[in-house]
Amino acid sequence: MGEIVPPLIEVSGLTKSFPGVLALRGVSLHLKRGEVLALIGENGAGKSTLMKILAGIQSADAGDFIIDGEQVSFRNVNDAMLKGIALIHQELNLCGNLDLASNVFLGREPTKGGFVNESLMRHQAQQFLSQVGLDMPVNTLAGSLPIGKQQLVEIAKALSCNARVLIMDEPTSSLSQKETDTLFKVVKNLRAHGISIIYISHRLGEVIELADRVTVFRDGENAGDLGRDEINHENMVRLMVGRDLSEFYDRKIHQPGKKVLSLTKFRCPSFPDHPISLSVRAGEIVGIAGLVGAGRTELLQTIFGVTPAIGGVMEIDGEKKEISDPRRAIFSGIALVPEDRKQHGLVLPMSVRENSSLPSLKRDSSRGWINESAEEQVTEEAVSALKIKTPNFEQVTRFLSGGNQQKIVLGKWLAMSPKLLMLDEPTRGIDIGAKREIYKLMEKLAGEGMAILFVSSEMEEVLGMADRAYVMHEGKISGELGHNQLSEKAIMNLATGILAAA
Amino acid sequence: MKKNILGIFILLVAIFVITAIINPKFLNAYNMQNLIKWSSLYAVMSLGVAFVIITGGIDLSIGSVVGLVAVVLSICLKLEGMDPWSAIGIALILSLLIGLLHGILITKAKVQPFVVTLCGLLVYRSMGRWLTDNQSIGPMPMEEDAGYKNLEQIQHLDFVFSGKIAIGSFNLPTPAIFLLVLSIAAAIFLRRTIWGRYLFALGSNEDGTRYSGINTDRMKILAYVLCSFFAGMAGILFAFELDSVQPAQTGEFYELYAIAAAVLGGCSLRGGEGSVLGVVIAAAVIRLIYNSINMVGISTHLEFGILGLVILLGVIGDELIKKTVNRKQAVQTS
Repeated sequence: MGEIVPPLIEVSGLTKSFPGVLALRGVSLHLKRGEVLALIGENGAGKSTLMKILAGIQSADAGDFIIDGEQVSFRNVNDAMLKGIALIHQELNLCGNLDLASNVFLGREPTKGGFVNESLMRHQAQQFLSQVGLDMPVNTLAGSLPIGKQQLVEIAKALSCNARVLIMDEPTSSLSQKETDTLFKVVKNLRAHGISIIYISHRLGEVIELADRVTVFRDGENAGDLGRDEINHENMVRLMVGRDLSEFYDRKIHQPGKKVLSLTKFRCPSFPDHPISLSVRAGEIVGIAGLVGAGRTELLQTIFGVTPAIGGVMEIDGEKKEISDPRRAIFSGIALVPEDRKQHGLVLPMSVRENSSLPSLKRDSSRGWINESAEEQVTEEAVSALKIKTPNFEQVTRFLSGGNQQKIVLGKWLAMSPKLLMLDEPTRGIDIGAKREIYKLMEKLAGEGMAILFVSSEMEEVLGMADRAYVMHEGKISGELGHNQLSEKAIMNLATGILAAA
Repeated sequence: MKKNILGIFILLVAIFVITAIINPKFLNAYNMQNLIKWSSLYAVMSLGVAFVIITGGIDLSIGSVVGLVAVVLSICLKLEGMDPWSAIGIALILSLLIGLLHGILITKAKVQPFVVTLCGLLVYRSMGRWLTDNQSIGPMPMEEDAGYKNLEQIQHLDFVFSGKIAIGSFNLPTPAIFLLVLSIAAAIFLRRTIWGRYLFALGSNEDGTRYSGINTDRMKILAYVLCSFFAGMAGILFAFELDSVQPAQTGEFYELYAIAAAVLGGCSLRGGEGSVLGVVIAAAVIRLIYNSINMVGISTHLEFGILGLVILLGVIGDELIKKTVNRKQAVQTS
């Protein structure tokens, strides 16, 4: 071996807490020049928090952060930029009404006598864009590009700031297969030019293809590192979950009962050309897998009446229903745990009690008077069924951890005893303990005969929880997989549109 | 008492005590009666707009509704053959319809509350002027006015809406009794009924409330109806109090006092927050500041300036209190 090159970034003992949750408990991470480091872990493992600290968006409570052998502490994104660290956000931040050159140099336009030096800016922008394989006129409007190309523009923008480290947070979550391939080529090319990349992904297949090394987080701590030859599916899952999968997803297959939900040629307003037919039986847990943007959330929202259907037939317990708003859906026995718990699931400034009783408040009231003892009881049930950790029922939900918030969103439906429970990404951004409580409750409710339909982007969750799964691709159901057909490969093939249903 | 209400209450007491020390005449019965009367009139309007502000909306038309209701009431009382109590009923129904119209335009036609009620401000004011040819009119005859056949009954109404009830040697103005009844009803409605809960919920997070199965459109309409109804009540009280209604001026800018009182009393324009007691105290503070400026001998040209500063400081203080309370709560959970 040659000389020992000090790592570019070295982080150790990093700690960060938020109100109600300890997100990072003394984690460490190191990154060499010109390597692709994959950072993996389940939702809530602390990956995003660490990345935000590295990119200067948040600051750590304690711990060492060393770049090029020098201790640093970023106060803001600019500090991180100066050290050559750039974060490519999951949500892209381009100005759609500006052209590519202006986007690349936004806020850092080359000037001449106080005016923007347009020709120099265009010339330089062209160079950075071709580095990421974008050979199109620099006066193209950013908003007119598809999402995959916009992401490449973001990367070009980072390169124009002399970035040495690119942090990519789930970059492929909304890309097509072709766009993903292009992105991989760009990433490999950047690596060859000595740029380091921290790659966060849930897609283990991508990690195997790209990563030189893998660091695994679990529950805010380091779970282990894998060298190039150790990177395989089994090793990664073992470190991420920390135990046998079957133990974590404690599922029994129940004898499914009669059809609770049945959709026939059901059409959502967001994908009017793709009629959807599916069914869920009592006691069954059915998953919907697919890429972000495949129309899964839209489907659940249409069933729930948030955006009413524009065609087709929906039956609940064999009875035809026209559902034009959530009120009617709830009345028909449907409940939804939405994807965005802060926007749609909770009224954050209200208390645990007020949130838990919101759907059942009217049913339990008489002539409009709030029934306080019923309210107390409903809250008590939710808190004990899901082991919600709160100092008292009057605690404002804003200050609870993500996991406890999510438990309340689920818990508030218990009092309504729905026939069909729908969950959209039920464990996104929550800790392992809360995850397990939610899985346990799903299993229990299915055992009691509730029909459960859930959307998940986490492969392990679909494999672990679903009795049966539908896979969606660009607004259509690209396939249905029975329990013994469920595998990561089968889901990915259907989700990326490589294969039609076998 | 909640901390932020306690803050505004202390402000009320402080101004009261300081004014009384500087000018003991402030405490005489006549001045106190006036203060109570005007505070009550303002508080009725302020309570109305609080419902709307709690849902995260705004109503700029209150002053014009006060003016129009006062005008229509006077016209009806003047009409031959109209029973005076029916005139009151017509005035209140008019205000309910105005609120209903606002609510429907906001929820069904999706026009922003600011725009709907700004247009309302203009339209109702001009309707009042057009109906009267911009001539003053009163609920009671002025000089040699014709009409007003049921004078005896009208005088009875005048006593109900702007009379005084002797309690020992103190004469309590009747608007204070209206305020008492309306504010207790409003407090019970907001804190004890499901509809009150829904108003707070939708003001904090409309989507989240809708996802819980609540008909948020209907609740919003209700808030605007209540707001205009309270403005209508205030219009009737003002008409009898002023005796002469000026179609171009009566109620002008009152929406701003009402909004100021609601905000000073703890309502957040972001929605989801507010309390009846806070709003009532804040309305009293606003009237008290006026009165104190006169009593202490500060130039009346400074009235608006002082009022503006007190409201600004009050709201900043409120935010600071909220921050510390929130911090304590956050610490509690971690």
